[in-house]
Amino acid sequence: MSELAIQTENLTRKFGEFTAVDNISFDVKQGEIFGFLGANGAGKTTAMKMLTGLLNPTSGSATVSGSDVYTQAETIKKNIGYMSQKFSLYDDLTAEENIQFYGGIYGISDQDLSPKIDEVLESVSLGSVRKQLVRSLPLGWKQKLAFSIAILHQPKIVFLDEPTGGVDPVTRRQFWEKIYQVSDRGITVFVTTHYMDEAEYCDRISIMVDGRIDALGTPDELKESFSSDSIENVFIKLARSATRGDG
Amino acid sequence: MQVSKFFGKTAAVKEISFQVNTGELFGLIGPDGAGKTTLFRIINTLLVPDSGTATVFGKDVVGDYKEIRPLLGYMPGRFSLYQDLTVEENLRFFASVFGTTIEENYELVKPIYSQLEPFKNRLAGALSGGMKQKLALSCALIHKPRLLLLDEPTTGVDAVSRKEFWEMLSVLKKQGITIIVSTPYMDEANLCDRVALMQEGEILQIDTPKNIVDAFEKPLLGIKAENKYKLLQALKKYPKAASVHPFGEFIHYTDQDDAPDLNTLKNYLINQGLESVEINYIKPNIEDSFMALMHTQTEVVYE
Repeated sequence: MSELAIQTENLTRKFGEFTAVDNISFDVKQGEIFGFLGANGAGKTTAMKMLTGLLNPTSGSATVSGSDVYTQAETIKKNIGYMSQKFSLYDDLTAEENIQFYGGIYGISDQDLSPKIDEVLESVSLGSVRKQLVRSLPLGWKQKLAFSIAILHQPKIVFLDEPTGGVDPVTRRQFWEKIYQVSDRGITVFVTTHYMDEAEYCDRISIMVDGRIDALGTPDELKESFSSDSIENVFIKLARSATRGDG
Repeated sequence: MQVSKFFGKTAAVKEISFQVNTGELFGLIGPDGAGKTTLFRIINTLLVPDSGTATVFGKDVVGDYKEIRPLLGYMPGRFSLYQDLTVEENLRFFASVFGTTIEENYELVKPIYSQLEPFKNRLAGALSGGMKQKLALSCALIHKPRLLLLDEPTTGVDAVSRKEFWEMLSVLKKQGITIIVSTPYMDEANLCDRVALMQEGEILQIDTPKNIVDAFEKPLLGIKAENKYKLLQALKKYPKAASVHPFGEFIHYTDQDDAPDLNTLKNYLINQGLESVEINYIKPNIEDSFMALMHTQTEVVYE
């Protein structure tokens, strides 16, 4: 049996009367690429906040790399990496300084960090721009750098929140190759995206509607059970059934 | 128009020339940094080009900016309404700036605004993403512009809301409004009459979506196998490979030969240990064309 990276049971979060996340139960295996889909307002962000130890659930249970989200949030934060499209790097630090900064945050010693900086810059082919301010780099490069930094401390799981928004189609695909590489090394990848073709690159996906998980399986399984030829059509069928507006 | 705009040493828009016909739904398709926003700001007279000229309905964007502005409705990429005004106050404000009223042009915004009316007393800042987008479009339309400029209205929006937004645009187009819309989603190009594919301040190609894909030169293969990552790696190593791009459940492949030898390719993949290999000729889409036309960023050398 493979180890579980994430396990949730009836995980629920309410804000007053509003149930943002409604009894979700799912498992993510170690090393899996798990696509977490849903319309705007379906509850993805709230669910991710609970899984990354940033928000307490109202009820239900969840463990992330074996740690409990209620009582071991700080352990979870050490075991995960996180990258979001909206905020990831400091624009007015250089590529190298960004790696140093995050290395420091994750408590990596200077001794260990310095070979790591070279390794990271090498792996994203950014060696030649290490002294450049991040601001001056193309978006696609920034995103690759942000991803490498998110896995700097060798987390067991990395959460990617719309990592490929706005980049050109070639860079978007290069980014997914990095995701495959990371998953090959045994790191679990938990990823959200609005590009439906990217959903097909995942080992398994879940689709949230109105706070619930209404579909879960491999891309092929979902296409079959919803009699659709693409994940986009599965998504549209499900999301159209939503009763609440996006929020 | 033919314009250039430099920010410092960087040319955001490089000697771009194109025309948009009245009544057309025209798409600017390209990733971040393509120059789409700069181009919008030149067209809407907020930014003066460094060289070249641009006209909107025959009026010059520099000399005649005062006459152009009332003809335009502009929806910027970032939500730019007043967060601490209500939905209705925002719309009323934009109407009054252009010397009109909600009532006068209600019919025009009705298909969109009616969805917001139940929330008309809510502060704009408290709206959801999809509703903000609808309000921004209503505010851009309320003075009955002849040209609508929409800068990435669907970025970060889910697949269903994106579909609905494009349905709204086709309704507006039927009323004779000229629309220029930018998007990083290549599949949305098909919903435009004509598109300009843009990258790094240049137009790679400008045509109808159909002509663009018809101009794709090489035979395109869609290849599928049990393990996608292994398939991708194997195809990249294949000596005859010209381009290899994952596309959902398939990998899109072009060969160096005009008539690729499918049997040899299939045998190669099987010898690489791949199972359930399927190879088929497929039709290219806009994204295939875009990737074939673009220069890859990995080649860029920074000083």
